[in-house]
Amino acid sequence: MSLALRTFSSVKDANTALQVSGTRYLGGGTLVIRAANEGDVSVSSLIRVTDPGLSQIAVSDDKVWLGASVTMAAIARRPELAALAPAARAVGGPAIRNMATVGGNLFATAPYGDFAVALLALDATVATEDGEMPIETFLAGRDTSRAIVTAVGFSLPKAESFRFLKVSRIKPKGISVLSIAAHLQRTVDGSVTSARIALGCMADRPMRAKAAEKALLGCKLTPQEIAPALAAAVEGIAPITDPIASAWYRAEVLPVHLGRLLLT
Amino acid sequence: MAKVPVQFTLNGSEKAEFVESGTTLLHALRDKIGDTSPKGGCHQGTCGACSVIIDGELRLSCLTLAETCNGTDIKTTAGLAEGGVLHPLQRAFLDAFATQCGFCTPGMIMAAKVLLDRTPNPSREEVIEALSGNICRCTGYEPIIQAVLTAARANSQNAA
Ligand SMILES: Cc1cc2nc3c(=O)[nH]c(=O)nc-3n(C[C@H](O)[C@H](O)[C@H](O)COP(=O)(O)OP(=O)(O)OC[C@H]3O[C@@H](n4cnc5c(N)ncnc54)[C@H](O)[C@@H]3O)c2cc1C
Ligand code: FES
Ligand code: FES
Repeated sequence: MSLALRTFSSVKDANTALQVSGTRYLGGGTLVIRAANEGDVSVSSLIRVTDPGLSQIAVSDDKVWLGASVTMAAIARRPELAALAPAARAVGGPAIRNMATVGGNLFATAPYGDFAVALLALDATVATEDGEMPIETFLAGRDTSRAIVTAVGFSLPKAESFRFLKVSRIKPKGISVLSIAAHLQRTVDGSVTSARIALGCMADRPMRAKAAEKALLGCKLTPQEIAPALAAAVEGIAPITDPIASAWYRAEVLPVHLGRLLLT
Repeated sequence: MAKVPVQFTLNGSEKAEFVESGTTLLHALRDKIGDTSPKGGCHQGTCGACSVIIDGELRLSCLTLAETCNGTDIKTTAGLAEGGVLHPLQRAFLDAFATQCGFCTPGMIMAAKVLLDRTPNPSREEVIEALSGNICRCTGYEPIIQAVLTAARANSQNAA
Protein backbone atom coordinates (compact mmCIF):
# COMPACT_ATOMS: atom_id res chain seq x y z
CA MET A 1 0.00 0.00 0.00
CA SER A 2 1.27 3.39 -0.89
CA LEU A 3 -0.76 6.13 0.70
CA ALA A 4 0.25 9.47 2.07
CA LEU A 5 -1.87 11.18 4.67
CA ARG A 6 -1.92 14.94 5.05
CA THR A 7 -3.54 16.58 8.04
CA PHE A 8 -5.08 20.06 7.98
CA SER A 9 -6.57 22.09 10.77
CA SER A 10 -8.99 23.98 8.52
CA VAL A 11 -11.51 22.79 5.94
CA LYS A 12 -10.52 25.63 3.62
CA ASP A 13 -6.89 24.51 3.25
CA ALA A 14 -7.94 20.89 2.97
CA ASN A 15 -10.40 21.74 0.19
CA THR A 16 -7.58 23.27 -1.82
CA ALA A 17 -5.39 20.20 -1.30
CA LEU A 18 -8.28 17.94 -2.31
CA GLN A 19 -8.34 19.36 -5.85
CA VAL A 20 -5.20 17.37 -6.75
CA SER A 21 -6.09 14.16 -8.61
CA GLY A 22 -5.65 10.89 -6.71
CA THR A 23 -6.50 12.68 -3.48
CA ARG A 24 -9.40 11.62 -1.30
CA TYR A 25 -10.86 12.84 1.96
CA LEU A 26 -10.47 10.52 4.97
CA GLY A 27 -13.46 10.33 7.27
CA GLY A 28 -13.60 7.32 9.57
CA GLY A 29 -11.78 5.34 6.91
CA THR A 30 -14.07 2.31 7.00
CA LEU A 31 -14.56 2.47 3.24
CA VAL A 32 -11.57 4.34 1.98
CA ILE A 33 -8.90 2.40 3.94
CA ARG A 34 -10.70 -0.81 3.16
CA ALA A 35 -10.47 0.04 -0.54
CA ALA A 36 -6.75 0.76 -0.16
CA ASN A 37 -6.24 -2.55 1.69
CA GLU A 38 -7.99 -4.30 -1.18
CA GLY A 39 -5.55 -2.81 -3.65
CA ASP A 40 -7.44 0.24 -4.95
CA VAL A 41 -4.58 2.29 -6.37
CA SER A 42 -6.78 5.16 -7.56
CA VAL A 43 -6.13 6.86 -4.22
CA SER A 44 -2.54 7.87 -3.56
CA SER A 45 -3.10 10.61 -1.04
CA LEU A 46 -5.55 11.12 1.80
CA ILE A 47 -6.56 14.36 3.43
CA ARG A 48 -8.00 14.77 6.87
CA VAL A 49 -9.18 17.74 8.88
CA THR A 50 -8.80 17.97 12.64
CA ASP A 51 -11.13 20.98 13.17
CA PRO A 52 -13.14 19.94 16.27
CA GLY A 53 -16.20 21.72 14.83
CA LEU A 54 -16.58 18.80 12.40
CA SER A 55 -17.28 16.46 15.33
CA GLN A 56 -19.94 18.64 16.93
CA ILE A 57 -23.61 17.84 17.38
CA ALA A 58 -25.73 20.97 17.76
CA VAL A 59 -29.37 20.65 18.78
CA SER A 60 -31.40 23.82 19.28
CA ASP A 61 -35.19 23.78 19.46
CA ASP A 62 -35.99 21.20 16.84
CA LYS A 63 -33.09 21.93 14.47
CA VAL A 64 -30.11 19.58 14.42
CA TRP A 65 -26.69 20.02 12.84
CA LEU A 66 -24.41 16.99 12.76
CA GLY A 67 -20.77 17.72 11.94
CA ALA A 68 -19.49 15.50 9.10
CA SER A 69 -17.06 13.70 11.44
CA VAL A 70 -19.76 12.78 13.97
CA THR A 71 -19.81 8.99 14.30
CA MET A 72 -22.76 6.62 14.31
CA ALA A 73 -21.89 5.71 17.93
CA ALA A 74 -22.02 9.38 18.96
CA ILE A 75 -25.48 9.77 17.41
CA ALA A 76 -26.79 6.55 18.96
CA ARG A 77 -25.85 7.66 22.47
CA ARG A 78 -27.34 11.20 22.29
CA PRO A 79 -30.72 11.17 24.07
CA GLU A 80 -32.11 14.11 22.02
CA LEU A 81 -31.44 12.14 18.82
CA ALA A 82 -33.37 9.04 19.95
CA ALA A 83 -35.52 9.15 16.80
CA LEU A 84 -32.36 8.63 14.73
CA ALA A 85 -30.74 6.02 16.97
CA PRO A 86 -32.23 3.04 15.09
CA ALA A 87 -30.69 4.30 11.84
CA ALA A 88 -27.31 5.00 13.47
CA ARG A 89 -27.31 1.59 15.16
CA ALA A 90 -28.11 -0.06 11.84
CA VAL A 91 -24.62 0.71 10.58
CA GLY A 92 -22.13 -2.16 11.08
CA GLY A 93 -21.01 -3.57 14.42
CA PRO A 94 -19.81 -1.63 17.48
CA ALA A 95 -16.28 -0.96 16.20
CA ILE A 96 -17.54 0.21 12.81
CA ARG A 97 -20.01 2.56 14.52
CA ASN A 98 -17.17 4.08 16.55
CA MET A 99 -15.42 4.93 13.28
CA ALA A 100 -18.12 5.41 10.61
CA THR A 101 -18.96 9.09 10.10
CA VAL A 102 -22.03 10.92 8.87
CA GLY A 103 -19.99 12.44 6.03
CA GLY A 104 -18.74 9.05 4.87
CA ASN A 105 -22.21 7.55 4.96
CA LEU A 106 -23.40 10.19 2.46
CA PHE A 107 -20.86 8.84 -0.04
CA ALA A 108 -21.34 5.12 0.67
CA THR A 109 -22.64 3.13 -2.29
CA ALA A 110 -25.35 0.51 -1.78
CA PRO A 111 -25.67 -1.81 0.10
CA TYR A 112 -24.22 0.81 2.44
CA GLY A 113 -25.60 4.24 3.25
CA ASP A 114 -28.30 3.24 5.75
CA PHE A 115 -27.95 6.47 7.72
CA ALA A 116 -28.11 8.54 4.54
CA VAL A 117 -31.46 6.87 3.82
CA ALA A 118 -32.76 8.30 7.09
CA LEU A 119 -31.31 11.72 6.23
CA LEU A 120 -33.01 11.65 2.82
CA ALA A 121 -36.40 10.96 4.40
CA LEU A 122 -35.76 13.91 6.72
CA ASP A 123 -35.02 16.21 3.77
CA ALA A 124 -31.65 17.07 5.29
CA THR A 125 -29.44 19.91 4.13
CA VAL A 126 -25.81 19.14 3.23
CA ALA A 127 -23.30 21.88 3.99
CA THR A 128 -19.92 22.51 2.37
CA GLU A 129 -17.69 25.59 2.35
CA ASP A 130 -19.53 26.69 -0.80
CA GLY A 131 -22.94 26.70 0.84
CA GLU A 132 -25.86 24.42 1.53
CA MET A 133 -27.92 22.17 -0.70
CA PRO A 134 -30.80 19.73 -0.31
CA ILE A 135 -29.60 16.16 0.25
CA GLU A 136 -31.36 15.02 -2.90
CA THR A 137 -29.30 17.41 -5.03
CA PHE A 138 -26.18 16.39 -3.13
CA LEU A 139 -26.76 12.66 -3.66
CA ALA A 140 -27.41 13.14 -7.37
CA GLY A 141 -24.10 14.96 -7.83
CA ARG A 142 -21.90 13.23 -5.29
CA ASP A 143 -19.79 11.30 -7.80
CA THR A 144 -18.26 14.49 -9.11
CA SER A 145 -18.35 16.44 -5.86
CA ARG A 146 -14.89 17.53 -4.72
CA ALA A 147 -15.88 19.65 -1.73
CA ILE A 148 -15.57 18.47 1.85
CA VAL A 149 -18.95 18.06 3.49
CA THR A 150 -18.84 19.94 6.78
CA ALA A 151 -22.24 19.15 8.29
CA VAL A 152 -25.78 17.95 7.71
CA GLY A 153 -28.78 19.75 9.13
CA PHE A 154 -32.42 18.73 9.53
CA SER A 155 -35.48 19.36 11.65
CA LEU A 156 -35.70 16.82 14.42
CA PRO A 157 -38.69 14.59 13.69
CA LYS A 158 -41.16 13.70 16.37
CA ALA A 159 -40.48 10.11 17.36
CA GLU A 160 -43.95 8.95 16.28
CA SER A 161 -43.68 10.54 12.82
CA PHE A 162 -40.35 8.93 11.89
CA ARG A 163 -39.88 5.25 11.14
CA PHE A 164 -36.79 3.35 10.07
CA LEU A 165 -36.34 -0.25 9.05
CA LYS A 166 -33.26 -2.14 7.96
CA VAL A 167 -33.67 -5.68 6.74
CA SER A 168 -30.64 -7.93 6.90
CA ARG A 169 -30.07 -11.66 6.90
CA ILE A 170 -27.57 -11.83 9.74
CA LYS A 171 -28.71 -10.73 13.19
CA PRO A 172 -28.07 -8.51 15.03
CA LYS A 173 -25.75 -6.98 12.47
CA GLY A 174 -25.59 -7.53 8.76
CA ILE A 175 -25.48 -5.82 5.40
CA SER A 176 -28.79 -4.44 4.14
CA VAL A 177 -31.13 -6.38 1.94
CA LEU A 178 -32.83 -3.01 1.98
CA SER A 179 -33.49 -0.11 4.30
CA ILE A 180 -36.49 2.20 4.44
CA ALA A 181 -37.06 5.48 6.27
CA ALA A 182 -40.46 7.16 6.37
CA HIS A 183 -41.33 10.60 7.68
CA LEU A 184 -45.11 10.92 7.92
CA GLN A 185 -47.33 13.74 9.13
CA ARG A 186 -50.85 12.71 10.04
CA THR A 187 -54.05 14.37 11.18
CA VAL A 188 -55.56 13.48 14.55
CA ASP A 189 -57.78 10.90 12.89
CA GLY A 190 -54.67 9.28 11.37
CA SER A 191 -54.87 10.35 7.72
CA VAL A 192 -51.51 11.01 6.09
CA THR A 193 -51.04 14.69 5.19
CA SER A 194 -47.43 14.47 4.07
CA ALA A 195 -45.09 11.56 3.40
CA ARG A 196 -41.42 11.33 2.57
CA ILE A 197 -40.13 7.82 2.03
CA ALA A 198 -36.50 6.97 1.31
CA LEU A 199 -35.16 3.61 0.18
CA GLY A 200 -31.72 2.01 0.46
CA CYS A 201 -30.38 -0.67 -1.94
CA MET A 202 -33.04 0.24 -4.52
CA ALA A 203 -30.40 2.08 -6.57
CA ASP A 204 -26.67 2.68 -6.14
CA ARG A 205 -27.57 5.43 -3.65
CA PRO A 206 -30.54 6.32 -1.44
CA MET A 207 -33.64 7.28 -3.45
CA ARG A 208 -37.14 8.50 -2.72
CA ALA A 209 -40.26 6.41 -3.34
CA LYS A 210 -42.13 9.36 -4.82
CA ALA A 211 -45.04 7.41 -6.29
CA ALA A 212 -45.63 5.68 -2.95
CA GLU A 213 -45.43 9.01 -1.12
CA LYS A 214 -48.14 10.42 -3.38
CA ALA A 215 -50.34 7.34 -3.07
CA LEU A 216 -50.20 7.55 0.72
CA LEU A 217 -51.67 11.06 0.91
CA GLY A 218 -55.08 11.04 2.56
CA CYS A 219 -54.73 7.37 3.57
CA LYS A 220 -55.09 5.91 7.02
CA LEU A 221 -52.42 3.35 7.84
CA THR A 222 -54.56 0.27 7.32
CA PRO A 223 -53.74 -2.69 5.04
CA GLN A 224 -56.51 -1.73 2.61
CA GLU A 225 -55.67 1.95 2.35
CA ILE A 226 -51.90 1.57 1.97
CA ALA A 227 -52.16 -1.15 -0.71
CA PRO A 228 -51.84 1.30 -3.65
CA ALA A 229 -48.78 2.90 -2.04
CA LEU A 230 -47.12 -0.50 -1.63
CA ALA A 231 -47.79 -1.32 -5.28
CA ALA A 232 -46.34 2.05 -6.28
CA ALA A 233 -43.18 1.63 -4.17
CA VAL A 234 -41.37 -0.27 -6.93
CA GLU A 235 -41.83 2.54 -9.48
CA GLY A 236 -38.45 3.81 -10.68
CA ILE A 237 -36.33 1.45 -8.61
CA ALA A 238 -33.19 -0.25 -9.96
CA PRO A 239 -32.12 -2.43 -7.03
CA ILE A 240 -28.55 -3.63 -6.69
CA THR A 241 -27.51 -7.28 -7.00
CA ASP A 242 -24.86 -8.46 -4.56
CA PRO A 243 -24.08 -11.63 -2.56
CA ILE A 244 -26.84 -10.70 -0.10
CA ALA A 245 -29.70 -10.55 -2.59
CA SER A 246 -30.51 -10.19 -6.28
CA ALA A 247 -32.21 -7.13 -7.73
CA TRP A 248 -35.27 -9.31 -8.40
CA TYR A 249 -35.48 -10.41 -4.76
CA ARG A 250 -35.05 -6.90 -3.43
CA ALA A 251 -37.85 -5.62 -5.68
CA GLU A 252 -40.14 -8.50 -4.63
CA VAL A 253 -39.74 -7.92 -0.89
CA LEU A 254 -39.77 -4.11 -0.91
CA PRO A 255 -43.59 -3.77 -0.76
CA VAL A 256 -43.74 -6.40 1.99
CA HIS A 257 -41.28 -4.55 4.21
CA LEU A 258 -42.72 -1.14 3.43
CA GLY A 259 -46.09 -2.52 4.50
CA ARG A 260 -44.64 -3.81 7.76
CA LEU A 261 -43.01 -0.46 8.45
CA LEU A 262 -46.20 1.49 7.77
CA LEU A 263 -48.41 -0.82 9.79
CA THR A 264 -46.25 -0.96 12.94
CA MET B 1 7.76 6.94 0.70
CA ALA B 2 8.08 9.44 3.51
CA LYS B 3 8.36 8.11 7.05
CA VAL B 4 6.28 9.74 9.72
CA PRO B 5 6.69 9.56 13.49
CA VAL B 6 3.96 7.93 15.55
CA GLN B 7 3.81 8.06 19.29
CA PHE B 8 1.21 6.53 21.57
CA THR B 9 0.75 4.64 24.79
CA LEU B 10 0.43 0.91 24.28
CA ASN B 11 -0.79 -1.09 27.25
CA GLY B 12 0.65 1.52 29.60
CA SER B 13 4.06 2.03 28.02
CA GLU B 14 5.15 4.80 25.69
CA LYS B 15 5.89 3.77 22.12
CA ALA B 16 7.53 5.84 19.41
CA GLU B 17 8.18 4.56 15.89
CA PHE B 18 8.71 5.78 12.38
CA VAL B 19 6.29 4.27 9.90
CA GLU B 20 5.57 4.87 6.25
CA SER B 21 2.72 7.33 5.82
CA GLY B 22 -0.48 5.37 5.21
CA THR B 23 0.57 2.41 7.38
CA THR B 24 -2.33 0.84 9.23
CA LEU B 25 -2.24 0.59 13.00
CA LEU B 26 -2.51 -3.19 12.65
CA HIS B 27 0.67 -3.29 10.58
CA ALA B 28 2.47 -0.87 12.93
CA LEU B 29 1.54 -2.89 16.02
CA ARG B 30 2.40 -6.29 14.61
CA ASP B 31 5.35 -5.66 12.36
CA LYS B 32 6.97 -2.56 13.86
CA ILE B 33 6.24 -2.74 17.57
CA GLY B 34 5.96 -6.51 17.86
CA ASP B 35 2.56 -6.80 19.54
CA THR B 36 1.06 -9.65 17.53
CA SER B 37 -2.08 -9.99 19.63
CA PRO B 38 -4.28 -8.11 17.12
CA LYS B 39 -4.77 -10.46 14.17
CA GLY B 40 -5.16 -9.61 10.50
CA GLY B 41 -8.07 -11.72 9.31
CA CYS B 42 -9.65 -9.81 6.48
CA HIS B 43 -8.19 -6.27 6.38
CA GLN B 44 -11.71 -5.22 5.37
CA GLY B 45 -13.34 -4.42 8.68
CA THR B 46 -15.44 -7.55 8.50
CA CYS B 47 -13.94 -10.06 10.94
CA GLY B 48 -13.03 -8.01 14.02
CA ALA B 49 -9.85 -10.02 14.71
CA CYS B 50 -7.81 -6.80 14.64
CA SER B 51 -9.97 -5.02 17.26
CA VAL B 52 -8.10 -2.83 19.73
CA ILE B 53 -9.25 -0.26 22.27
CA ILE B 54 -8.26 3.33 21.48
CA ASP B 55 -9.04 5.92 24.16
CA GLY B 56 -11.63 3.57 25.61
CA GLU B 57 -13.41 2.84 22.32
CA LEU B 58 -13.37 -0.33 20.25
CA ARG B 59 -11.70 0.23 16.87
CA LEU B 60 -10.55 -1.85 13.95
CA SER B 61 -6.80 -1.49 13.65
CA CYS B 62 -6.85 -2.70 10.03
CA LEU B 63 -8.88 0.36 8.98
CA THR B 64 -7.09 2.87 11.21
CA LEU B 65 -3.97 4.66 10.03
CA ALA B 66 -1.18 4.55 12.63
CA GLU B 67 -0.40 8.24 12.25
CA THR B 68 -3.96 9.19 13.27
CA CYS B 69 -3.29 7.58 16.66
CA ASN B 70 -0.67 10.06 17.85
CA GLY B 71 -1.16 10.84 21.52
CA THR B 72 -3.79 8.15 22.06
CA ASP B 73 -4.00 5.41 24.66
CA ILE B 74 -4.14 1.99 22.97
CA LYS B 75 -4.94 -1.28 24.64
CA THR B 76 -4.56 -4.74 23.15
CA THR B 77 -5.17 -8.21 24.52
CA ALA B 78 -1.41 -8.61 25.05
CA GLY B 79 -1.62 -6.08 27.88
CA LEU B 80 -4.41 -7.70 29.86
CA ALA B 81 -2.59 -10.23 32.02
CA GLU B 82 -0.96 -8.71 35.09
CA GLY B 83 2.19 -10.26 36.52
CA GLY B 84 1.46 -13.58 34.85
CA VAL B 85 -2.13 -13.66 36.15
CA LEU B 86 -4.69 -13.86 33.39
CA HIS B 87 -7.46 -11.26 33.14
CA PRO B 88 -10.90 -12.64 34.17
CA LEU B 89 -11.97 -12.57 30.52
CA GLN B 90 -8.93 -14.60 29.44
CA ARG B 91 -9.52 -17.06 32.30
CA ALA B 92 -13.20 -17.41 31.37
CA PHE B 93 -12.40 -17.95 27.66
CA LEU B 94 -10.04 -20.79 28.60
CA ASP B 95 -12.42 -22.37 31.10
CA ALA B 96 -15.45 -22.19 28.78
CA PHE B 97 -13.52 -23.57 25.78
CA ALA B 98 -14.40 -20.30 24.05
CA THR B 99 -11.19 -20.42 22.08
CA GLN B 100 -10.32 -23.15 19.61
CA CYS B 101 -7.95 -22.03 16.88
CA GLY B 102 -7.70 -18.77 18.81
CA PHE B 103 -7.55 -16.45 15.83
CA CYS B 104 -10.68 -14.50 16.76
CA THR B 105 -9.96 -14.55 20.50
CA PRO B 106 -7.96 -11.33 20.98
CA GLY B 107 -10.60 -9.37 19.04
CA MET B 108 -13.44 -11.03 20.92
CA ILE B 109 -11.75 -10.23 24.23
CA MET B 110 -11.26 -6.57 23.28
CA ALA B 111 -14.93 -6.27 22.27
CA ALA B 112 -15.97 -7.96 25.50
CA LYS B 113 -13.69 -5.75 27.57
CA VAL B 114 -15.21 -2.46 26.38
CA LEU B 115 -18.62 -3.94 27.09
CA LEU B 116 -17.76 -4.98 30.66
CA ASP B 117 -15.95 -1.70 31.35
CA ARG B 118 -19.21 0.14 30.68
CA THR B 119 -21.80 -2.50 31.52
CA PRO B 120 -20.42 -4.72 34.29
CA ASN B 121 -23.52 -6.94 34.36
CA PRO B 122 -24.63 -7.26 30.74
CA SER B 123 -27.60 -9.26 29.53
CA ARG B 124 -27.10 -12.04 27.01
CA GLU B 125 -28.51 -9.73 24.31
CA GLU B 126 -26.01 -7.03 25.24
CA VAL B 127 -23.16 -9.54 24.95
CA ILE B 128 -24.37 -10.67 21.53
CA GLU B 129 -24.68 -7.08 20.35
CA ALA B 130 -21.20 -6.21 21.66
CA LEU B 131 -19.64 -9.15 19.80
CA SER B 132 -21.66 -8.64 16.63
CA GLY B 133 -18.71 -7.24 14.68
CA ASN B 134 -16.49 -10.23 15.45
CA ILE B 135 -16.52 -13.46 13.49
CA CYS B 136 -15.55 -16.87 14.86
CA ARG B 137 -15.39 -19.85 12.50
CA CYS B 138 -14.70 -22.44 15.20
CA THR B 139 -16.76 -22.22 18.36
CA GLY B 140 -20.29 -21.55 17.17
CA TYR B 141 -20.29 -18.48 19.45
CA GLU B 142 -22.21 -20.00 22.36
CA PRO B 143 -19.07 -20.75 24.46
CA ILE B 144 -17.87 -17.18 23.81
CA ILE B 145 -21.14 -15.68 25.00
CA GLN B 146 -21.01 -17.90 28.08
CA ALA B 147 -17.40 -16.92 28.77
CA VAL B 148 -18.23 -13.22 28.72
CA LEU B 149 -21.20 -13.73 31.02
CA THR B 150 -19.01 -15.80 33.37
CA ALA B 151 -16.30 -13.14 33.42
CA ALA B 152 -18.95 -10.53 34.22
CA ARG B 153 -20.15 -12.60 37.19
CA ALA B 154 -16.57 -13.14 38.39
CA ASN B 155 -15.97 -9.39 38.22
CA SER B 156 -19.08 -8.49 40.18
CA GLN B 157 -18.24 -11.11 42.83
CA ASN B 158 -14.76 -9.66 43.22
CA ALA B 159 -16.23 -6.19 43.52
CA ALA B 160 -18.78 -7.29 46.14
C1 LIG C 1 -17.57 -4.37 8.04
C2 LIG C 1 -18.33 -3.16 7.55
C3 LIG C 1 -19.69 -3.09 7.76
C4 LIG C 1 -20.41 -1.98 7.33
N1 LIG C 1 -21.75 -1.95 7.55
C5 LIG C 1 -22.45 -0.87 7.15
C6 LIG C 1 -23.86 -0.82 7.35
O1 LIG C 1 -24.46 -1.74 7.92
N2 LIG C 1 -24.54 0.28 6.91
C7 LIG C 1 -23.90 1.32 6.30
O2 LIG C 1 -24.55 2.30 5.95
N3 LIG C 1 -22.59 1.29 6.07
C8 LIG C 1 -21.84 0.22 6.47
N4 LIG C 1 -20.51 0.17 6.23
C9 LIG C 1 -19.89 1.22 5.41
C10 LIG C 1 -19.30 2.38 6.18
O3 LIG C 1 -18.75 1.97 7.40
C11 LIG C 1 -20.30 3.50 6.46
O4 LIG C 1 -21.03 3.81 5.30
C12 LIG C 1 -19.62 4.75 7.01
O5 LIG C 1 -20.60 5.69 7.43
C13 LIG C 1 -18.65 5.40 6.05
O6 LIG C 1 -18.07 6.48 6.74
P1 LIG C 1 -16.49 6.67 6.93
O7 LIG C 1 -16.33 7.90 7.72
O8 LIG C 1 -15.84 5.46 7.47
O9 LIG C 1 -16.08 6.88 5.42
P2 LIG C 1 -14.63 6.94 4.75
O10 LIG C 1 -14.17 5.58 4.42
O11 LIG C 1 -13.72 7.80 5.54
O12 LIG C 1 -15.03 7.72 3.42
C14 LIG C 1 -15.89 7.15 2.44
C15 LIG C 1 -15.93 8.07 1.22
O13 LIG C 1 -16.56 9.30 1.54
C16 LIG C 1 -15.69 10.40 1.36
N5 LIG C 1 -15.91 11.30 2.47
C17 LIG C 1 -16.00 10.94 3.80
N6 LIG C 1 -16.29 12.00 4.56
C18 LIG C 1 -16.36 13.08 3.71
C19 LIG C 1 -16.60 14.46 3.90
N7 LIG C 1 -16.85 14.99 5.10
N8 LIG C 1 -16.59 15.27 2.80
C20 LIG C 1 -16.34 14.76 1.58
N9 LIG C 1 -16.10 13.45 1.34
C21 LIG C 1 -16.11 12.62 2.40
C22 LIG C 1 -14.30 9.79 1.32
O14 LIG C 1 -13.42 10.56 0.58
C23 LIG C 1 -14.55 8.44 0.72
O15 LIG C 1 -14.59 8.54 -0.66
C24 LIG C 1 -19.74 -0.92 6.67
C25 LIG C 1 -18.37 -0.98 6.47
C26 LIG C 1 -17.65 -2.09 6.91
C27 LIG C 1 -16.18 -2.11 6.67
S1 FES D 1 -8.59 -7.69 10.02
FE1 FES D 1 -9.60 -5.91 10.74
S2 FES D 1 -11.65 -6.52 10.75
FE2 FES D 1 -10.68 -8.26 9.87
S1 FES E 1 -11.63 -19.83 17.83
FE1 FES E 1 -11.12 -20.09 15.74
S2 FES E 1 -12.02 -18.33 14.86
FE2 FES E 1 -12.79 -18.27 16.87
